[in-house]
Amino acid sequence: MGKWTRRAVLAAGGLLGGGLVLGVGGLAIAPNRLGVRRKEEELPQLTTWLKIAPDNSVIVVVPHCDMGQGVPTALAMMAAEELDADWSLVRVEEAPADPIYANGYLVPVFVPQLADPPALFARGLDYTSFKLSQLMGLQVTGGSSSVRGTGQFGMRMAGAAARSMLLQAAAQLWQVDVRDCTAKLSRVVHEASGRSATFGELADAAARLDPPHRPPLKARTEYSIVGRPVPRLDIPAKVNGSAKYAIDVSLPDMLYATIEAVPIFGAKIGSVDSQAAESLPGVRRIVRLENAVAVVADSYWRALKALRALQITYTTNETALADSASLFERIASTINEDAGKAIDKAGDAARTLERASRVIEAEYRVPFVAHATLEPMCATAKVDGESCEVWTGVQDPLAARKVAADALGIDPKNVVVHNHLLGGGFGRRLPGCHDFVEQAVKIAKELSPTPVKLIWSREEDLRHDFYRPAVLARFRAALDDSGRPIVWSSKFNGLLAGDRSAPRCPYDIEHRDIRAYDVAHAVRVGAWRSVAHSEHGFFTESFIDELAYAAQEDPLQFRLKLLKNPRHRRVLERAAELAGWGQPLEPGLGRGVAVVESFGSVVAEIAEVSVRDRAIKVERVLAVVDCGEVIHPDTAAAQIEGGIVFGLSAALFDAITIRGGAVEQANFFDYRLPKLADAPRTVVEFLKSDAPMGGLGEPGVPPIAPAVANAVFAATGIRLRELPLRLPG
Amino acid sequence: MNVSLTVNGAAHTVDVDEDTPLLWVLRERCGLTGTKFGCGVGACGACTVHVDGEPARSCSIPVVAVQGRSITTIEGLGAERLHRVQRAWIEYQVPQCGYCQSGMIMAAVALLQRIPQPTDADIDAAITNLCRCGTYERVRRAIHAAAAADLTRADHG
Ligand code: FES
Ligand code: FES
Repeated sequence: MGKWTRRAVLAAGGLLGGGLVLGVGGLAIAPNRLGVRRKEEELPQLTTWLKIAPDNSVIVVVPHCDMGQGVPTALAMMAAEELDADWSLVRVEEAPADPIYANGYLVPVFVPQLADPPALFARGLDYTSFKLSQLMGLQVTGGSSSVRGTGQFGMRMAGAAARSMLLQAAAQLWQVDVRDCTAKLSRVVHEASGRSATFGELADAAARLDPPHRPPLKARTEYSIVGRPVPRLDIPAKVNGSAKYAIDVSLPDMLYATIEAVPIFGAKIGSVDSQAAESLPGVRRIVRLENAVAVVADSYWRALKALRALQITYTTNETALADSASLFERIASTINEDAGKAIDKAGDAARTLERASRVIEAEYRVPFVAHATLEPMCATAKVDGESCEVWTGVQDPLAARKVAADALGIDPKNVVVHNHLLGGGFGRRLPGCHDFVEQAVKIAKELSPTPVKLIWSREEDLRHDFYRPAVLARFRAALDDSGRPIVWSSKFNGLLAGDRSAPRCPYDIEHRDIRAYDVAHAVRVGAWRSVAHSEHGFFTESFIDELAYAAQEDPLQFRLKLLKNPRHRRVLERAAELAGWGQPLEPGLGRGVAVVESFGSVVAEIAEVSVRDRAIKVERVLAVVDCGEVIHPDTAAAQIEGGIVFGLSAALFDAITIRGGAVEQANFFDYRLPKLADAPRTVVEFLKSDAPMGGLGEPGVPPIAPAVANAVFAATGIRLRELPLRLPG
Repeated sequence: MNVSLTVNGAAHTVDVDEDTPLLWVLRERCGLTGTKFGCGVGACGACTVHVDGEPARSCSIPVVAVQGRSITTIEGLGAERLHRVQRAWIEYQVPQCGYCQSGMIMAAVALLQRIPQPTDADIDAAITNLCRCGTYERVRRAIHAAAAADLTRADHG
């Protein structure tokens, strides 16, 4: 492992009207691992701003977008903890309000120590570092990285540095030894003399000091804010309608646009007959883009009506015309014929399989699925000569800025992105998926300098997503005479570049052969909450269940016997305890278990499922999580609860299917998300753990599909190997 | 055409196409963006408002159909003092991204007006709004909490 170079700054300054502003910035790069530096990295960068105002309020500027995971609150908690602030005086400021953020001089993760990468990076092949390796220098909220990246290394550092400076300022003012001063609840106190001052009173003097090089961080036992369920700062605005999302942007003279991209993947627009549409009231312009047609009007409704009045033809080619069934056939034959790419290899799987007395085989499938964020894709753009402003909600405003700049052929410096609350992200608004931003600026260019708000219809959203890949996986295993697995082999397609941890087998099995295959197709794919773990969790945890039954062993005990990692064992054991594993259930009910590690967290889920008239209903889920330290227990639980429902959408309900080269589904009538009545009772528990901090946004998702499939088997004796799970009729 | 409606107690007259869904009139003409667009076909509930006290999916109601009627949106619900459903939402920390929550709250308020003490089955049947973030467990708990709260207080939507 190479040395990590560091360009890190703790920069302090005064706040207008007195007060302290502290920025933590910098970028750590191991050149051999993180690849090419981007030009933008030469710009000044800040990950964290902490402001202490004379009125004693603490303002934390959060560089991550709010997708609903409570990240801003958790990050503020970490800064406030190290600062010894009074939580009731802490506020979070929206990053886009400040031009430096709008211009995006930000990095996602601050790495303060010099020599070795922290555990976050040492995980190596997980999606987070894959993303980081691609996107270092970008302001990303994804890969469950916000709290463990920015929080750990930026927020804590900022809080601790500010605290040191405030103590120092007080000591100088009172002419006492700094070691006799203590900070508590936004005050510095000198016990011996009985003197005290608020942070606000000291902030101005503190701002004149140099920030410490390596401020001391608290031990976990000293925490008074972190680990407590403080009320989230974003919630009040989300219950009274005042929270502002990209779709809520309103600008003077703004026009509205909606769009239809070519529905057939790989096809092109032939002719557009816009005569009828153009004569409709309020229509200002029909804009033809390379593979889409947009209508701009004085209201969304008028734009939509005109769009529907357009007559568009498409030119297509042979290869574009495909359907889901033929794609799976192609995957199946590729897996048979090619050597594939080795993901994990140990021992001699092929020879051992040949000689084994008991070989078990299974084939699993998952379809494409859509993110279906409840807020459809949306961006407002204003283009004026060589400059452009964009109002949108993305997981990475810097990438959106680049997309806008490239679309217009201008310098990214002349693009300002105002990022908003996201009405759901789940991977749909990650870099590489900002097609709606590109469209918005191209449309706005035609109407320059009038701002145009582009809103996608739900139909457009479902038909032009970056879908979780459709994957087919073939598994083979061999059992020895005692029923212990000695071979684990799998072959599958659809692994996104770099995401190599998900398909690995967590069980202690001697001979392993895990291979990934590329099968090209025209359908756009991308990261869907938990990425490849969502399908590989299903495959691996279903197959190990099959092996347990083949070995005539209890699926829980079978797993425990084969798991070396104590984190996996502990979550399983606790989940089993909570569920009363082994105790009889009512007839018609079944219990299934699964355990998956993803993004540094290990989650075991036990599902209790009822089956009546072939309908599968998940009654209750018990989830036990080891994510290392828990910053905000209630928000953490909410993420796991939400992850379970999200995972259920793919487990029980949804598939995007292709026919004639286009997506068949159109709206929530045929892409049926789980409703309240489908949501199980959920119990979530976090284990006390010293493991490095893991993510929370995604790890709740992967175990639910296999836990439910395994429960259906327990209830009915029918093994379902394809998502969404459907009992044969 | 000119259409007159009462929104959160205030009179509005707007010049729009008569088939314009109420949703877009509220959002684009009345500046009330708390009511959200999720599907446009009545399938998600993000656009739920009250029309004369009854829950309605505003994306699927042409504005002419509510001519002269009284509309309440999320902004009008707790204008003076947060409604007990909103308070329960805060207490149970229900929202995640928050996008569905205006509609979810309006649906919950309507449910409690109809059935002051709903059972789980009542909630399952009445709350058909979609939440992609999966806040359903908390919605359920918060509705029960709001139902149990002081009902004598005159804080209906
Ligand atoms: S937007 Fe009205 S129900 Fe979905
Ligand atoms: S809170 Fe995000 S859709 Fe409900």
